[in-house]
Amino acid sequence: MKKILFSLGQYLLLAYDCLLSLFTRNFEREVLLQQIYEIGVKSTPVCLMTSAAVGMVLALQTGMASISVLNEPAYIGTVVTFSLIKELGPMLTAVVLVGRIGAAITAEIGTMRVTEQIDAMYTLGTDPIKYLLVPRILGFTIVLPILTMLSDIVGIVAGGIMSYLRFDIPSTTYISDSLDYLSINDFFHGLIKAIIFGIVVSTIACYKGFYTEGGAEGVGKATTSCVVTSIVFLLIGDYFLSSLLISLGIG
Amino acid sequence: MIQIINLHKSFKNKPVLKGVNLEIYDGETVTIMGGSGQGKTVLLKNIIGLMKPDKGKIIIDGIDITTADKKTLHNVQKKFGYLFQGSALFDSMTVYENIAFGLRHMKLSAAEIKERVKLYLSYVGLEGIENMYPSELSGGMKKRVALARAVAYSPQYILYDEPTTGLDPQTAETITDLIMSLQKKLNVTSIVVTHDLKAALKVSQRIAFLYNGEIIDIEQPDKLLNTSNLFLREFVTSALINQTNYN
Ligand SMILES: Nc1ncnc2c1ncn2[C@@H]1O[C@H](COP(=O)(O)OP(=O)(O)OP(=O)(O)O)[C@@H](O)[C@H]1O
Ligand SMILES: [Mg+2]
Repeated sequence: MKKILFSLGQYLLLAYDCLLSLFTRNFEREVLLQQIYEIGVKSTPVCLMTSAAVGMVLALQTGMASISVLNEPAYIGTVVTFSLIKELGPMLTAVVLVGRIGAAITAEIGTMRVTEQIDAMYTLGTDPIKYLLVPRILGFTIVLPILTMLSDIVGIVAGGIMSYLRFDIPSTTYISDSLDYLSINDFFHGLIKAIIFGIVVSTIACYKGFYTEGGAEGVGKATTSCVVTSIVFLLIGDYFLSSLLISLGIG
Repeated sequence: MIQIINLHKSFKNKPVLKGVNLEIYDGETVTIMGGSGQGKTVLLKNIIGLMKPDKGKIIIDGIDITTADKKTLHNVQKKFGYLFQGSALFDSMTVYENIAFGLRHMKLSAAEIKERVKLYLSYVGLEGIENMYPSELSGGMKKRVALARAVAYSPQYILYDEPTTGLDPQTAETITDLIMSLQKKLNVTSIVVTHDLKAALKVSQRIAFLYNGEIIDIEQPDKLLNTSNLFLREFVTSALINQTNYN
């Protein structure tokens, strides 16, 4: 328990440091652009693929369920769109990015820590928080919402194709089912989640890497711990975040 | 000037430094010798603020870095060059980028940076390897690139952690000469940690011995060979015997 509290404190302090250097000094713009490019290029294909598959399976399951209840497929577009935009889009994209990018960030920064490269950065007059952490956190937090929106669109379209192929639902019906009940707040609900997921997950990845100790084995442990902590946070935090947003009247 | 006052540092209740006192004056080179695991590296890391001591003061040009805030510490650190025992090169960067990294704050033009990187690579005898990555270098080459990186931005203080370990005698000689010329030309203040007694006798004005967590003696090189301290005499004799065996 003491250990958990200590880690939490250490994590919050590091996050605070990152926040400070974000506001007080011009951070490394070049490194940021490079990070955005790398994170985006690396993760777009796998994100879009997963969300297309999820859109299709949602359409299939909703169609089958409504057939057994109403004897005909109905409201497929509504279910697919709401699930993706408010819940599955941000969640799945975040999970994919944790595996694809978060783990890599922890491993990279952790390796730099145990091989004294972080220390070397201090001695060469550069603050590694500014040079390494802040651009990664920013890049991650910028890319995640964008990828989430792309994934939403791809998933919804894939669901539409599925309902046409499997249940003969015309695209006009699917589209009106999708959009008629949707409000701008539902969209913000998903977007806000994506941004918060991005901030928390990327700071967890940086934190785990920055405080790695114990050589190659330590890097392995830190990486596993980054993935586990992030996903547990995503699943539990998602519930509370959704409740909070709903009670605030956003979606 | 660097003043180390009653410095204590332990790891998980295992004391390593137990009250180190040492003053290093501007422009001089002090060598720290001592057995493996005696805490030489820990001492250097405390001096440059990479580790926080449990007790004691480290005063650099009048500023106690053990109590200084982050920004002050950062500014003090900019006066230092540090050669890591394990080189600690950035492995995602080329040799060129590694050396240029320390020059980022110097407001030099791209051409000047290029010139300087080239110059310092030639000082350590490694011309033309700018575009190689650390993983493509031998251990001795890494050490020399790290040395070039540590001194290229003309720091006022340079801490060398075993600069000649793992090098052939000739290259070791070159590096020793480089350390001396930096001191003479730029009036750099240096602390050298080494097991290489020959190099120590050559480069330093004073040689300090770290034993059992304390500096047990400081001698000038010419007085070292007939010291009265029994322990030191043993250390020096065995070091000399070893050296003659190698050469
Ligand atoms: N980060 C650390 N955590 C725990 N113990 C440490 C740490 N760094 C050093 N030590 C311990 O401190 C002692 C001194 O280590 P140090 O690296 O300073 O030795 P050294 O004098 O530089 O030896 P060598 O000549 O072999 O480099 C060792 O016993 C080591 O186990
Ligand atoms: Mg050492």
